[in-house]
Amino acid sequence: MAEVMTKGVLLALLAAVLGVGSAAYAEEVGGFVLPSSKAAAVENCVEPTEYMRRNHFELIRHQRDKTVYGGIRGTSHSLSGCVACHVGYDDAGAPVEIDAEGQFCRSCHAYASVEMNCFDCHATVPRGESWNHEVAAAHAHITGSALMGPTAAER
Amino acid sequence: MNHETESMNQGRRDFLGAAAGVSAAAVAPGVFLHTPVANAAPRTDPVTDVHRWGLLVDTSKCADGCTACVDACDSENGLNLQAKPQGQDELKWENQRAVWIRKVKLQDNLTGHVTNLPLMCQHCEHPPCVDVCPTGASFKRADGIVMVDRHTCIGCRYCMMACPYKARSFIHEQVDHKLTRAPRGKGCVESCNLCAHRLDSGDVSTACAEACSAEGHQALIFGDLKDPLGSLRQALAKTPSRQIRQDLGLNTGVRYAGI
Repeated sequence: MAEVMTKGVLLALLAAVLGVGSAAYAEEVGGFVLPSSKAAAVENCVEPTEYMRRNHFELIRHQRDKTVYGGIRGTSHSLSGCVACHVGYDDAGAPVEIDAEGQFCRSCHAYASVEMNCFDCHATVPRGESWNHEVAAAHAHITGSALMGPTAAER
Repeated sequence: MNHETESMNQGRRDFLGAAAGVSAAAVAPGVFLHTPVANAAPRTDPVTDVHRWGLLVDTSKCADGCTACVDACDSENGLNLQAKPQGQDELKWENQRAVWIRKVKLQDNLTGHVTNLPLMCQHCEHPPCVDVCPTGASFKRADGIVMVDRHTCIGCRYCMMACPYKARSFIHEQVDHKLTRAPRGKGCVESCNLCAHRLDSGDVSTACAEACSAEGHQALIFGDLKDPLGSLRQALAKTPSRQIRQDLGLNTGVRYAGI
């Protein structure tokens, strides 16, 4: 009985150590948001961060049908909204392609080894003025650390 | 109509090159080619059939050699961002590159009368492209716009074969530069979508009709076929018009006057 109890205590200690370890590790796996993007200035994404990490692809996949078949563009779940908010800017203030090496999408997708082909077709920087107006208006005041105003590519 | 002779407008290629340069120069510094309508609200509810969008083309007003509609469509929908692959033949590229609207010049061999008209997806009520699509990617939206869901399209090109108007284009090459409002990818088929991104944002206009008005020709009138008081229906009531290939009974949304 004492042996079992000792084993139990040791197991519990082990689990606690591992649990703390993994929690600390989970905090490290994050921080893909680029400091120069608009997203850096906002508390969390259109949905809570943990939800987005696990479910963003579901949102994207269902939203695309609503946009293509229903013509719905005034939504927070639009892919163009993701790009506009999460795209990083270089020192010159020009947006960097969001699927490039080290940028927002690629850094997590490379880590998770999940192929992403959205940007075979979709624009990697905000380009052209008639994208999601609501999101643009809502986030117009957010500048991120480097950006001062809409760049030529955003207009 | 067995007297038609369709001939490519030879000056069009040079014009396109020059126009592409001009529009690139205009767009580069961030000049607005089209100002978004104030208070235009992007749609949040699914589109319904309360509208049916259509066009009336008055061929008597369509000017010979003018490509305003083509150039406007190209820049509105990112078609002018397509790049010829290195080493490909110029003429072959001209044939292969995606085009949503093209100018057609007809000559009556008997009388010598020349007619010019722009030809784009006719947005039929009974679209052959939708009938033949094996995946259901080619579809007719509730408001009558016939378009391709490029997420589902497998690039079989059956719709291109089925279309009587040669309206659809296949994207042969990787596209490096895309506009946010006009995604485009290698391996899928696409065609004119009546500037659905504008309509979905509350801006009832198309790039081609707007450019034609700006040029002063006013050959293209865009509007709602279901609105009896709208400009399109008023024009259709006044001017005799017909569909191209009316014998097919497709009930197109695009009508032509003067053919």
